[in-house]
Amino acid sequence: MSDSGQKKEVLLDISGLEVHFETRRGIARAVNEVDLKLYKGERFGLVGESGSGKTTMILALLRMIKTPGFIAGGKAVFDDGTDLLQLDTEQVRQTRLKRVAMVPQGAMNSLNPVMRIGDQMVLTMREHDEPGDKDKLMQRVESLMEKVGLKPEAASYYPHELSGGMKQRACIAQAICLNPQLILADEPTSALDVVVQRQIMQTLRQLQLDLDATVLLVGHDMGLMAQFAERVGIMYGGKLVEVGTVSDIFRNPQHPYTQLLISSIPSFEKRGDFKGIPGVGLSLLDPPSGCLFHPRCPKVMERCAHNEPTLRQVAAGQMASCLLYEEEHNAPAS
Amino acid sequence: MPPLLEARHIRKVFSGGGGLFSENTETVAVDDFTLTIDADKPSFTTIAGESGSGKTTVARMLLGVISPSDGEVLYNGQNVSGLDKGQMRSFRQDVQAIFQDPFEVYNPFYKVDHILTTPIRKFGLAASQKEADEQIDGALRTVGLRPEETLGRYPHQLSGGQRQRITIARALLLKPKLIIADEPVSMVDASLRATILASLHKLYRDFDISFIYITHDLTTAYQVSENIVVLYHGTVAEAGNVEQVIKNPQHPYTRELIHSIPVPDPGSAWIEEQVEEKQVDETEVEENLAGCRYAPRCIHAMDKCEKKPPLYRSGVGCAASCFLYDDQESLAGGDLTKIFSESDA
Repeated sequence: MSDSGQKKEVLLDISGLEVHFETRRGIARAVNEVDLKLYKGERFGLVGESGSGKTTMILALLRMIKTPGFIAGGKAVFDDGTDLLQLDTEQVRQTRLKRVAMVPQGAMNSLNPVMRIGDQMVLTMREHDEPGDKDKLMQRVESLMEKVGLKPEAASYYPHELSGGMKQRACIAQAICLNPQLILADEPTSALDVVVQRQIMQTLRQLQLDLDATVLLVGHDMGLMAQFAERVGIMYGGKLVEVGTVSDIFRNPQHPYTQLLISSIPSFEKRGDFKGIPGVGLSLLDPPSGCLFHPRCPKVMERCAHNEPTLRQVAAGQMASCLLYEEEHNAPAS
Repeated sequence: MPPLLEARHIRKVFSGGGGLFSENTETVAVDDFTLTIDADKPSFTTIAGESGSGKTTVARMLLGVISPSDGEVLYNGQNVSGLDKGQMRSFRQDVQAIFQDPFEVYNPFYKVDHILTTPIRKFGLAASQKEADEQIDGALRTVGLRPEETLGRYPHQLSGGQRQRITIARALLLKPKLIIADEPVSMVDASLRATILASLHKLYRDFDISFIYITHDLTTAYQVSENIVVLYHGTVAEAGNVEQVIKNPQHPYTRELIHSIPVPDPGSAWIEEQVEEKQVDETEVEENLAGCRYAPRCIHAMDKCEKKPPLYRSGVGCAASCFLYDDQESLAGGDLTKIFSESDA
């Protein structure tokens, strides 16, 4: 964590989070012993390839994992001591939107097509026992519409009357309607054009600052992460392999996977220069022994096939899970 | 020598609706698009645009999958819709397609070998089984796959990146002169994207195959291509040498587009910078088909934008369809060939 990060209070302390999927061919560990602290008012970016467990992780925080998946262990403790993973169904319902809200990927599939935008939001507020009659709640909806950059009249539109970008704005308005402390955003702009993407991300950042909320942005667009996030976590095969400030991750990555990922980003600087990551992604049903990345790693050592690295501090505010940074005698025996 | 493939003022209008409750509506997906691909000199051209810009419609017309409502697509100087059986066969061999989705092009019941052996059989590319095997081996190795790890497997046993590379190997088997690749890397993980683009670039560089690369992603377009055509709502906004267009965009739309891309460099002002933009109510914009399509969003919009701007030269090796450049020479017939050839010099 940077100096400013260290002064910040922890909002959510995730430790040992495990999400498993039961399949005919065995258990897939989609999220594998993830430890992560999210601070109050920070923008955290979680990056990974498809199948790396990043979406599963935020679904676990929302308690939305469905069978055959299940949360197999771990804690996610809020600053007041509440463990998100221990709540019962009614408590979970109360927590969603009030404390943890989600901005979905496909805004088009997230709104009720036969209800006006404003009515959906009033319904949501009523479900959460917000005080006031319908007119009062509708006034709040209209001010929310303005906050996310829509006209107040947009509250009376049906979803099909809005463009993709406007729908995503409406989803953001819905997500912040109860002033949540933690906003989970799962690739909120991947379905939108770049011009609209920028407007939406600017809006999201402004709201995050106004609410002093924590945003956990999940995605694989490294450009977006570089611009939006203050800290970044890299996932590979269900494990968090590196965490650091955005400038450390981009300028001084420590884990070999992060290094390859950063150098594979196409940019407007290097034309005709292609650096991919060799090898293929792992199968969660048949993961390699030792370090999950060792079959593809250019810096692989003999012990990488036997010993599992743990996430540990490698520089100020930067953690990586790689045996390069573990002394041989410290390594666990198995 | 006639060009290999030529699109002359092609236009595509989709009519839809006309149901019980709605009036028949017409959507102009592509309006007046002209492009020439030379037979004797390989080129790498990107057609870029956002969703709804008509880029895929252009690709499908060039492939002869759909026919244009107006204008014509010529293969070796012959209209594609009027090719006889033999000509059609050589068109289908010379011009290959690579599609976006590396899942849907496979039949899950067949091993992946199937999409490699079929073209060899149908086009009689090999005299013997041994020759066929050698060709398949060679094509797979060219795209960076090891045949022993690839052949004999079912599609679901391979990753998206491997599957996409097999479709490139398939295209390569036919020794095409032109490959039209429609978003070939948009469904592939970032770490594999570079590998696939490198395969495409190698085919262009080492095998003299021309490419038309269709994408929404200007960063990868910049990496692989020589020339670029930027589409906006079915019309060409800007075209030219990729270095010129990306580094020094002239059309207000291209500028906005390139400016909006988040660069992977922390610390730039992308998220903070307030962009000069027109407040447009997207639900109320009425398309003026006779005028500049971008005018409703354009901060430079003028009265004359009511009319459709032709392509004006905006610099060496680039042209923009914008009245800001109306003091410059306009390109006769919207033909980009001259512009593109300048950049080679």
